[in-house]
Amino acid sequence: MNAPLNPDLLQPSAASTEPGVNFAYLDERTKRMIRRAILKAVAIPGYQVPFGSREMPLPYGWGTGGIQVTASVIGPDDTLKVIDQGSDDTVNAVNIRRFFQRTTGVPVTTRTTEASLIQTRHRIPETPLREGQVIVYQVPVPEPMQRLEPRETETRTLHALGEYGLMHVKLYEDIARYGHIATTYDYPVMVNGRYLMAPSPIPKFDNPKMHMNPALQLFGAGREKRIYAVPPYTAVESLGFDDHPFEVQRWDQPCALCGATDSFLDEIITDDQGTRLHVCSDSDHCQERQAERTVAAGAPL
Amino acid sequence: MYVAVKGGEAAILNSYELLARQRRGDLLEPELSVNQIRQQMKLAVDRVMTEGSVYDPELAALAIKQAAGDLVEAIFLLRAYRATLPRLGSTLPLRTEQMQPDRRISATFKDLPGGQILGPTYDYTQRLLDFTLLANGSAGPAPEQAQAEVPTPAPRVVDLLNQEGLIETHPVPAGDPAPPDLTREPLRFPAGRATRLQNLARGDEGFLLAMAYSTQRGYSHTHPFVGEVRLGQVAVELEPEELDFALSIGDIEITECEMVNQFGGSKTEPPQFTRGYGLAFGHSERKAMAMSLVDRALRAEELGEAVEAPAQMAEFVLSHSDSLEASGFVQHLKLPHYVDFQSELELVRRMRAEVAQATPPAEEQERA
Repeated sequence: MNAPLNPDLLQPSAASTEPGVNFAYLDERTKRMIRRAILKAVAIPGYQVPFGSREMPLPYGWGTGGIQVTASVIGPDDTLKVIDQGSDDTVNAVNIRRFFQRTTGVPVTTRTTEASLIQTRHRIPETPLREGQVIVYQVPVPEPMQRLEPRETETRTLHALGEYGLMHVKLYEDIARYGHIATTYDYPVMVNGRYLMAPSPIPKFDNPKMHMNPALQLFGAGREKRIYAVPPYTAVESLGFDDHPFEVQRWDQPCALCGATDSFLDEIITDDQGTRLHVCSDSDHCQERQAERTVAAGAPL
Repeated sequence: MYVAVKGGEAAILNSYELLARQRRGDLLEPELSVNQIRQQMKLAVDRVMTEGSVYDPELAALAIKQAAGDLVEAIFLLRAYRATLPRLGSTLPLRTEQMQPDRRISATFKDLPGGQILGPTYDYTQRLLDFTLLANGSAGPAPEQAQAEVPTPAPRVVDLLNQEGLIETHPVPAGDPAPPDLTREPLRFPAGRATRLQNLARGDEGFLLAMAYSTQRGYSHTHPFVGEVRLGQVAVELEPEELDFALSIGDIEITECEMVNQFGGSKTEPPQFTRGYGLAFGHSERKAMAMSLVDRALRAEELGEAVEAPAQMAEFVLSHSDSLEASGFVQHLKLPHYVDFQSELELVRRMRAEVAQATPPAEEQERA
């Protein structure tokens, strides 16, 4: 767990790209169409731009939106990192990384600091992002109000009017029933004071990282055919009330591997007695910290 | 003590190997060829072409073989293949009235120009398992007799009804605007009929069948009659810009269904029959008929009918008809959700702790 990835997997494949397949799979006209949608999304932070999402060789719901966005912005000079649940070595992350290795031949990395382009599902890396980096989120349901109002014709109007009472009432009802807001992931945010936005199913622990982030944040929803964006240094506010402000999860124990007390922890069941171990969900962050601790302890690397 | 979740790449490669073995089955059995599938599993090939939106029996057969007979997976393979194909041009509208039908059924008229042609159908087969097929025996069809019959044109039933003005017509709108291409542009609402028909044509047969069935059981009322179901070859014509005449680029086999429905009329329209339309590649009657029923149900708003049933709700039907979208999203639940689940775990524990604090243990309550 959270051990460094086998370095062989990060080498460019011998035949750097698949024959007969365009760079990053998509044809250039499709990339241009998607880039136009991205530009519009950047110009209107948090607004969902419809785009002509294509059928990809991976199933809808498995990251096709993020893959199309990544394929449209990736260039030969990029270094790519792909994570799922914060980890570089979950099967889905491996699969998507392999897809781009096969179709672009660009270098890949697990280190957040080395990557120019990061595709993610369900997490934002613990290591703060910097200017010039692009993070691409895979989005299953781009419409934050879909579970409250499934008709797109209605939610579109609500966005146009900036009428978000529906969501506030939902959060209020949580408080009335449970004493606090019972949304733990995909926690709705207000972008640039204008559009209500689904941050994708990241834990609300990660929401504060979106606020005034120096990196460009792009969101791709392939099945629902929408792209949206948060440009660098944009205000992203998680909804809350004066007497029930937004708050994030905390753990009462540190990571069992690196001792971190400020990272999002996954709970692992280690035997059939229900013994539990808490470890960082961000595998790169955990490795870096473990390496630092080893150095600090004077042990040989 | 703890076995790490590792080796994703090796696991994926192993799964390819296991899948190939599963697909091949017992090596003592001869392998199924793509051509055999194309020739002997025609109806599966036709469905994959229809929902895969590519008329190519060979590639559809290949997809079925690769998918080990899982038609939804085969449709996915074909769609992913077609997604990046270049668009060379648009054909002229098919002239189905010029088709020489292999099968043509009307439920509204006992006899009509062009006649009723039963053709190949399972409709009257009495569905007894044929054990001669199991014994690898085959009576085999009789060799085809040379047909000397002069082809008779079979005008469309809706055109016959139109002679009396009894059925609505759909004149070509002014300027004949190109219909939106659903494979290039996202589905938006409200969706026009051209968009809806494209969506239904690609839609999952099972989903459309259930939706169509619901309209017959009181969830919307459309009083349908099969004006006509026809199956046959029809020419595909292209008019290149540099020529001022159309070129036939080949024939395709299609199934077309015109459903005729009652309509009481409105302030602006006299009472007349309305239409629902279905079209599919190859021999796909169930699909074409279901499509025509759902098409008609989705016209409720346009015809001033109350929108009350699921089959009349365009957002509901069109957003859930695509098997790729539905299959992908349902099955994405297999992907890891550790992080979300962890967040829910933390919340449920906290809420349970709060409940426990608020209510004293049962024993103490009894003592008190």
